[in-house]
Amino acid sequence: MNPDAVPPDRPESFRAAPVPRRSSLLLLPALAWLGLFFFVPLALMLAISFASRGTYGGVVWTLSLANYANVLDPLYLKVFLRSVLLASVTTALCLALGFPIAYYIARLPARRQGIWLLLVMIPFWTNFLVRTYAWIFILRTEGLMNQVLAGLGLIGSPVDVLYTETAIVIGLVYGYLPFMILPLYAAVERLPPSLVEAAWDLYASRWAVLWRVTVPLTKPGLVAGCILVFIPSLGAFITPDLMGGARTMMIGNLIQHEFLVARDWPFGSAISLLLMASVLLGLAIYLRAEGAGKRLAAGG
Amino acid sequence: MAESSVELRDVSKRHGDTCAVDRVSLGIRRGEFFAILGPSGSGKTTILRMLAGFESPDAGDILIDGRSVRGVPPNQRPVNLVFQTYALFPHLTVAGNIAFGLEMRRVPRADIAARVEEALDMVRLQGKQDRLPAQLSGGEQQRVALARALVNRPAVLLLDEPLGALDQQLRMDMQVELKTIQERVGLTFICVTHHQEEALTMSDRVAVMRQGRLLQVGSPRDIYEAPQSAFVANFIGRSNSLTGRIETVSGLRCTVRAVDLPAAAPVVATCPAGAGIGSPATLMLRPERLHLSADVQVDGYDNMLPARVSKAIYNGSETQYLLALSDRLSWQVLVPNAGNGQKRFQPGESVFLRWRADEAVVLSE
Repeated sequence: MNPDAVPPDRPESFRAAPVPRRSSLLLLPALAWLGLFFFVPLALMLAISFASRGTYGGVVWTLSLANYANVLDPLYLKVFLRSVLLASVTTALCLALGFPIAYYIARLPARRQGIWLLLVMIPFWTNFLVRTYAWIFILRTEGLMNQVLAGLGLIGSPVDVLYTETAIVIGLVYGYLPFMILPLYAAVERLPPSLVEAAWDLYASRWAVLWRVTVPLTKPGLVAGCILVFIPSLGAFITPDLMGGARTMMIGNLIQHEFLVARDWPFGSAISLLLMASVLLGLAIYLRAEGAGKRLAAGG
Repeated sequence: MAESSVELRDVSKRHGDTCAVDRVSLGIRRGEFFAILGPSGSGKTTILRMLAGFESPDAGDILIDGRSVRGVPPNQRPVNLVFQTYALFPHLTVAGNIAFGLEMRRVPRADIAARVEEALDMVRLQGKQDRLPAQLSGGEQQRVALARALVNRPAVLLLDEPLGALDQQLRMDMQVELKTIQERVGLTFICVTHHQEEALTMSDRVAVMRQGRLLQVGSPRDIYEAPQSAFVANFIGRSNSLTGRIETVSGLRCTVRAVDLPAAAPVVATCPAGAGIGSPATLMLRPERLHLSADVQVDGYDNMLPARVSKAIYNGSETQYLLALSDRLSWQVLVPNAGNGQKRFQPGESVFLRWRADEAVVLSE
């Protein structure tokens, strides 16, 4: 080791003290809760997904892989692909809108950050369903948006946005934007302003500063935000149901349809599990790539 | 002013209600190691940030290499800053950090490799190019920060409290090394510091600032030997002061009667320019220039004042005596520690302080 001084901004690394055995008993309630209400239902769903639907909608225990084969029907694949597309567009829009907001808030004086964060979170105080209905009032043919646009003379005839994929994306972006802003804010807030200044001083343009310094150093927040927006968007059900109308179905609606309308629990379970599996697979691939990148950067 | 590397013309900058920089004019020569010295809040960092381009002056103009940099963003200025906290990019290796500025200016790859190598040599970090900043000690990080700026060969290198985060021994080594590097590359270095020893050791010239104003600019020797204000005298090194009024003037000499020592004889001093009989005058005396003895009769000094030792502090190379001249006036004296047989004074002892008239700086303020 070099005897040079350690600068004050670099804390010594501490090894966490081992948790005493008796304290780990405190984990039991949480473990019991998760086991009972998460793993047991999941196991049930897994079992049901191999069963088949009875004539009047019950579960008949004749085991087969038929439900999983059914998912490959182009009709359902189309729903799946549409969901992935809409969730991706939603995530991209949330990122594009959320990053400047998060950056702005994180660079405000600490005193004023709280107010802005509160404003970001205030919508959560109102029921999501009510807020979705508010969007219907805004977007529908005789709604606020069309009245304003017509009033300004920008459009001749009303624009039909409601009950389209655009409406779904608007609803999803609205609903999940805070999930993008909050982790991004936390990441940018931890980024020392001097690093941005250093890059700027070293001849980097504003864009170069963003791509070479800000984005790489806020990546954990970026990834967290994208995951927090993409996953619930992919499985969204209220927004596409109310704002997308009958024509545009997403996976969430399909699952709801199978369970409640078609009363085909085995097929519904199979779709749910496949959705979950594909999300986990995507995350696993990402984390593997990330881990490999980190090892590479650290010099092997 | 063709030889000026940096020129400030009547530069002012407000931060809210306070005037961070107040009508500062300054010329810094090419290839000079220039220190801006002042306590925190004196405006020195604001000047540095205005030179780097992170802030712009409210009034006045800044010229770098003879051209105004008004409205020129930091990435287009021929200036690089070594940050106080180093501000190394934690996701880039040492080599990646050093190459950053060259990459941004689209220097060809082969040249980048050669120049990074050269910069690593200069700061003696050969073999550490693949480390991440977190794997380096504080001193090594400091060197990377220096190399990252030097490699761009800027017209002016700015250093913000460059040695502030280092411990004492390393700090002294780096002072010498910084000066050596500066002489080797021949660039203009502007260093902001609140550490007077740092400023005196490294710089060709020093500017002393206080509350946004420039108090004095000069060589370290000028600043130390001929401070133009009590603040400079006390901020650069230590100083004893004696306030009084001029009683008689004869040629270049005058006598001053001290306010705090009504019973003592007036002291002889160099007459400040423009001062007459009755003018107020303050004598500033360096602790190491005073002669201390218990003898009544010592030749070769113009002034003598009696005092009582109130404290003796042994510092290794010297002994610091705190002396009471009266109830209100206390001075300090530094006596180099010689070998055996040197007279050591004890608290409570009566002593005589002596100095030659030209040892005292006289301020007529």
